[in-house]
Amino acid sequence: MLEVRYRTARALPLGRPETTAPDRSGILIRPADAEARLTLRVRDPGRSAADLLLDRPINTVAGDEGRWIARLGPDEWLIGTAEYEADALAATIAADLAGKAHALVDISHRNVGIDLSGAHAAIALNAGCPLDLGEAGFPEGSATRTLLGKAEIVLIRRPGPSPRYRVECWRSFATYVHGFLQEAAFGVGHGE
Amino acid sequence: MAQQFRLSRGGRIDRSRPIAFAFNGRTVQGFQGDTVASALLANGIHLAGRSFKYHRPRGILSHGPDEPSALLSVDRGPGRIDPNNRASVVEAYEGLKTRSQNHWPSLAFDVGAVNDLLSPVFVAGFYYKTFMWPRTFWDRVYEPVIRAAAGLGKAPEEPDPDRYANRHAHCDVLVVGAGPAGLAAALAAAKTGKRVILADEGAEPGGSLLHDLTSEIDGRPAAEWLRATLAELDGRENVILLPRTTAFGYCNHNHVALTERVTDHLPTGASQAPRERLWQVRAGEVVLAGGSHERPLVFADNDRPGILLAESVRVFVNRYGVLPGRRIVFATSGASAYTAALDAKAAGAEVTLVDLRLEPDCGSGPARLRAAGIPVLTGHTVVGSKGRKRVTGLLVAPIGSDGRCGGRRLLPCDCVGMSGGWTPAVHLFSQSRGKLVYDAERDAFVPGSSAQAERSAGAAKGTYDLAACLNEGDAAGAEAAGSLERRAFTATSTPTGFQPVRIMPTDANPAKVRAFVDFQNDVTAKDIKLAVREGFQSIEHVKRYTTTGMATDQGKTSNMNALGIVAGQLDKTLPGVGTTTFRPPYTPVTFGTLVGPARHALFDPIRTTPIHDWAESHGALFENVALWRRAWYFPKPGEDLHAAVARECKAVREGVGIFDASTLGKIEIVGPDAAEFMNRVYINPWAKLEPGRCRYGLMLKEDGYILDDGVVARVSPECFHVTTTTGGAARVLAHMEDYLQTEWPDLQVFLTSTTEQWAVIALQGPKARAVIEPLVDGIDLSPEAFPHMAMRSGTICGVPTRLFRVSFTGELGFEINVPSDNALAVWETVMEAGRPYGITPYGTETMHVLRAEKGYIIVGQETDGTVTPDDVGLASMIAKAKKDFVGKRSLARPDVVAAGRKQLVGLVTDDPKLVLDEGAQVVADPDQPIPMRMLGHVTSSYWSANCNRSIALALVANGRELVGRTLHVTTPDGFAAARVAEPVFFDPKGERINA
Repeated sequence: MLEVRYRTARALPLGRPETTAPDRSGILIRPADAEARLTLRVRDPGRSAADLLLDRPINTVAGDEGRWIARLGPDEWLIGTAEYEADALAATIAADLAGKAHALVDISHRNVGIDLSGAHAAIALNAGCPLDLGEAGFPEGSATRTLLGKAEIVLIRRPGPSPRYRVECWRSFATYVHGFLQEAAFGVGHGE
Repeated sequence: MAQQFRLSRGGRIDRSRPIAFAFNGRTVQGFQGDTVASALLANGIHLAGRSFKYHRPRGILSHGPDEPSALLSVDRGPGRIDPNNRASVVEAYEGLKTRSQNHWPSLAFDVGAVNDLLSPVFVAGFYYKTFMWPRTFWDRVYEPVIRAAAGLGKAPEEPDPDRYANRHAHCDVLVVGAGPAGLAAALAAAKTGKRVILADEGAEPGGSLLHDLTSEIDGRPAAEWLRATLAELDGRENVILLPRTTAFGYCNHNHVALTERVTDHLPTGASQAPRERLWQVRAGEVVLAGGSHERPLVFADNDRPGILLAESVRVFVNRYGVLPGRRIVFATSGASAYTAALDAKAAGAEVTLVDLRLEPDCGSGPARLRAAGIPVLTGHTVVGSKGRKRVTGLLVAPIGSDGRCGGRRLLPCDCVGMSGGWTPAVHLFSQSRGKLVYDAERDAFVPGSSAQAERSAGAAKGTYDLAACLNEGDAAGAEAAGSLERRAFTATSTPTGFQPVRIMPTDANPAKVRAFVDFQNDVTAKDIKLAVREGFQSIEHVKRYTTTGMATDQGKTSNMNALGIVAGQLDKTLPGVGTTTFRPPYTPVTFGTLVGPARHALFDPIRTTPIHDWAESHGALFENVALWRRAWYFPKPGEDLHAAVARECKAVREGVGIFDASTLGKIEIVGPDAAEFMNRVYINPWAKLEPGRCRYGLMLKEDGYILDDGVVARVSPECFHVTTTTGGAARVLAHMEDYLQTEWPDLQVFLTSTTEQWAVIALQGPKARAVIEPLVDGIDLSPEAFPHMAMRSGTICGVPTRLFRVSFTGELGFEINVPSDNALAVWETVMEAGRPYGITPYGTETMHVLRAEKGYIIVGQETDGTVTPDDVGLASMIAKAKKDFVGKRSLARPDVVAAGRKQLVGLVTDDPKLVLDEGAQVVADPDQPIPMRMLGHVTSSYWSANCNRSIALALVANGRELVGRTLHVTTPDGFAAARVAEPVFFDPKGERINA
């Protein structure tokens, strides 16, 4: 009985994602569903762990939407996967990195994801993110830690030609970040 | 008759779209494309405001952002009343409401105009000289009265209902100004395929091309070239063209701030868009092509309505199809006014031109004008004007070979176009920290050496010929884009050149002449001379003393004339006097643009815990702790803070209380060297702490003073679960990372913030174990198996938990760490399970009282950045065997080991009902002479329901030696006697905690 409650009671700070239509700017802002996140810290990682590539350049993301790994620094990765796969994935990574000094910490509940898509999505992000998000500066498959207004975020541009972004922030900043993005979509100014 | 001064054809206005707006309640007709200024002039309205100091009638001087006089309050609806808008840049639209400012009871009859009669009194520095004594009058009399009488316009009182956007943008080439030079630059840069942003503050890009009916570019009329060029730029993917966008700040690293006015030109509610947008552009290269300002001529009564800048007359005629007067006299010392005179004549005005220069210095201008039937008086000065609310005539006089004025002559007129030459707009260049150099030939400061990746082109650089502007722009744009390609434009040659003149020669007594230099601040030539005579020699001092060049127009029209007068008085060269710096913004920017979306909920992130909504719905009041909102106390109906906290405190000691401690900072420290790292950052020893056990840790800054504290659990040999204070979480992580990355890169250890991974439910009180016993799986809760200061992993309500047996209350206590998204469910289940035991939610206030009863310190309350472990009685925590830890060496500093330091003690007031003030000073003898010797201060003070009396903690010099002595503590009325005690007020033996 209690087990059942645990499985159903994960209360996401932005609620469960609803199917929403893009706003007038054509930007769709959608809080992500419950996911697992791991942070991996290791100095000499080798090629991969649990089939996740660890030798890709810094500030890139590999994998697909189901399971992805973003390299945020020389020894730091952020990993996302489906909730039910978290324990198995963590165990496999730990096994593959056995003997190497590393830290693998579950931060599934610390992080909140918000997905953003639409032709003008980068313009909305630029309301609070000072980085150059143009095709050359932040191409598909890019990932970085940066700012959105007054909140720290991780920004990931999903692989693929159409602009799709994942914004990851800490749980208590989610209301601010979500509100900021909605105001930013208005500020894009479709219909001026 | 409406629009009696509108020409029957011509102009860029849309005659198919008539509009009407209000000016001082009167309906004014115009057309789409009009500014408020052009529509007023079309209706023969010149009187547009009263001047700042003397309340003199003022008209419209200019057609652009340099307008100093015609400042209007614009009303776009409730909350949208905005003062000090220049009539020349406010676009007119149907239903707009405008009012003139600075007069009472009306614009036509203004009582304040009495100041004009008293003008001999209101000299430069009048306020500084007059309102010096008595000192007590400063705050109560002088300032309120002066503030009420002075000031431009009225500040809005309602909150701004508009929304404002912020946008960061990157480009390879930013071009500021879309006149001929800027357009050519943008064309050249755009051709390379690089990213180009072209910003222009006008409603329509084009600059001087918008009112040039006679020039040709590459064989085509200027207007046609403009149309084709804009079409080409608009069609390019790599170009962003921003009209109504002012570049107002040039910061480091080519970071340029632009403000885009998105909706002000549209009727309210016509657009779902932000009112304005701040663009923060990071440009690889910048081209500054912001053009130049025309200078007024300084002569007696040069400020009458109807007296405009010469080029502005040309703009109103050609661009707006408005004749500012039927009889227009142009007064000039340069060539450009001749073009304006010809255009005015062509539009049907009766025109005369007066040139200060002698005939041989005037080139072909006079001949061309005379051929067109315009009388030209060369070698003539202007000595005054006639009229009051509108100019009726200009007084001119010939200048003889001896420099003396000949006989005066009145030229009747209803409009004057004056031109004293041109000043390049170099403010952005100056803000970029580039060095200005004085160019004597152009009588102007022009851009010299650059400090950033930018270049100027066209009139902004002192280049006034059309073809030269285009070619300079092209070269600048190509160079900025890294292209070697250049093109050569051909264009109609532009009459250029002027004779610099600071004050027009006059036959009148200069001490009596009111010749205005700065129209906006009512500064006359004699005011500036007076300032120099009184010893103000630096232009920066003259500016502040006379206020010339201040306020909304920032001296766009006046700076060079003022500077020239100062130089003349001091007999120095212009560069010898120098120029004032151009602080941003050069043109007014709304607060809305600067604030952007950072209002209300988006002003700052408000961090809340997973339990927040529950607490709110159960009546909690909240307090701010860093960015967090924490439940402060949970009053029941009728309870105040005092009653609620007393009840909550009792409940914890007698039954069980539940507290949301989720905001505690948490750091997961992992790696083979984790224990060694802990040893170095904390004063405590960590090597021998067994997995599953906890320790209260204290860390210092390098100076030996307490930085932070918190309970740490060893999860495994290579993993520590560290907690920090709520406000210190980020600071502590940064402190640790700093040492790890810069001092100890050899340590194999990694830090991860888990503050928000784990929510923390603190359950405190004798019944705590009984409440959670049925909910916990996989952990033996018996005191033997799970003693105080231990940590176990298991599940609670089926949720994985790191269960800490710790206490910040002195009672049996648990801190239930669960993943954040599950915390609310666990909290509610625990509440349910605790109901039979009278479980009571409590807030931070009760938490503070309970810990003070036990003498537990709070970092930031008992400590203030100058407190050592020994000061608060925690010296025994220092691991003596450790070779080093951060702050260790500082603990041996002479002042740290010296006797007489302040030490933490308890204070027990003689009157048990008296709660001392936190921060109150402690003295030995209240009757000693002032200044008294302060022994220390109260750090924490509360009413303790459990002790049934007040309690206080204090830092007192040599406090531990004074236990038992009576000291005296300041109160709002005097002093209160208090006995020094050990800083523990409840359960001094600490037996309850091990229950």
